Amino acid sequence: MSTLHTVNKSPFTNQSLLSCIAHAKAGDAVLMIEDGVYGAPAGTAVADALAARAGEVSIYVLGPDLAARGLDAGRILDGVNAVDYAGFVDLAAKHDRAVAWL
Amino acid sequence: MSSYEVNGQTVEADEEGYITNLNEWSEDLAKVIAEVEDIDMNEEHWAVVNFLREYYEEYQIAPAVRVLIKAIKKQMGPEIGNNKYMYELFPYGPAKQACKIAGLPKPTGCV
Amino acid sequence: MSEDVKKFLYLNRKAPYGTIYALEALEVVLIGAAFDQDVSLAFLDDGVFQLTKGQDTKEIGVKNFSPTFRALGDYEVTKLYVEKESLDERGLSADDLQEIMYEDEDDDWAEKPSIHIVSRAEMADLIADQDVVLSF
Repeated sequence: MSTLHTVNKSPFTNQSLLSCIAHAKAGDAVLMIEDGVYGAPAGTAVADALAARAGEVSIYVLGPDLAARGLDAGRILDGVNAVDYAGFVDLAAKHDRAVAWL
Repeated sequence: MSSYEVNGQTVEADEEGYITNLNEWSEDLAKVIAEVEDIDMNEEHWAVVNFLREYYEEYQIAPAVRVLIKAIKKQMGPEIGNNKYMYELFPYGPAKQACKIAGLPKPTGCV
Repeated sequence: MSEDVKKFLYLNRKAPYGTIYALEALEVVLIGAAFDQDVSLAFLDDGVFQLTKGQDTKEIGVKNFSPTFRALGDYEVTKLYVEKESLDERGLSADDLQEIMYEDEDDDWAEKPSIHIVSRAEMADLIADQDVVLSF
């Protein structure tokens, strides 16, 4: 039994990403979408917090939302994987529940 | 229906007949609304209306019909606090119609 | 309870008056209570501000819906979980929250508290235990 967590707010205006990773359990997935993708690049103020959970929690970012914002998929944090819309659907299907962190 | 006339005053209501300003309610207004609803107010009607007003005052919502009936049952006994009797008192729905007479908004979840 | 009963968690993370989320959540809870499900409410992050006592909205021209939480027991919504870490971060304690009680039908209508203070780890377990999580 595992959970897909989605985060759609920038971690620089809102605690949602940090709260999300603090409540995710081992085996869960976290997917950054919409403005949530600003949390994905390496070298940000939230990178360490994400990296600390990246072993037990799978962390993803939605590629089309990265591209829309001109963020380079090559510069995202190690351990964060980009997925496309089909990958989003696969994640939703793979987990038992979805939790949106608004 | 968009307003009621009571003691020479006009009280605004929405298109369904719920008054828009809760503070304009009075017993005389309740009688006027009841007349429009074709209800002859007796002691039991008043008990329900007063219960609804007290409930709203305390919780800021009009209770759902099952909550209302359960509470009336507790307060006034099962002869009055049951579905059938409450619908006899208020044929168009105890929560909906009684709330209108009590000057409260339409209950949440009542479509 | 039948086999069709699902565990629903309403996740409240927003303060009450700055946005419409909190009021909308409460309305959905009240409407959803008509369906016999196993409902819990979680309050974390700024959501804990929804339950503070002494709210008075007279001067800001919006409805004070904090008293409505006390009606939840009538709707058989009796499990409100509040995260301790979220309270601590905001300089709050359980004493700053209003008292919300329900009458336990299965225990001779004894009055019991609906609010349970839980740790962040317990909150994570609660989320992981649900069939459906609705976020506000």
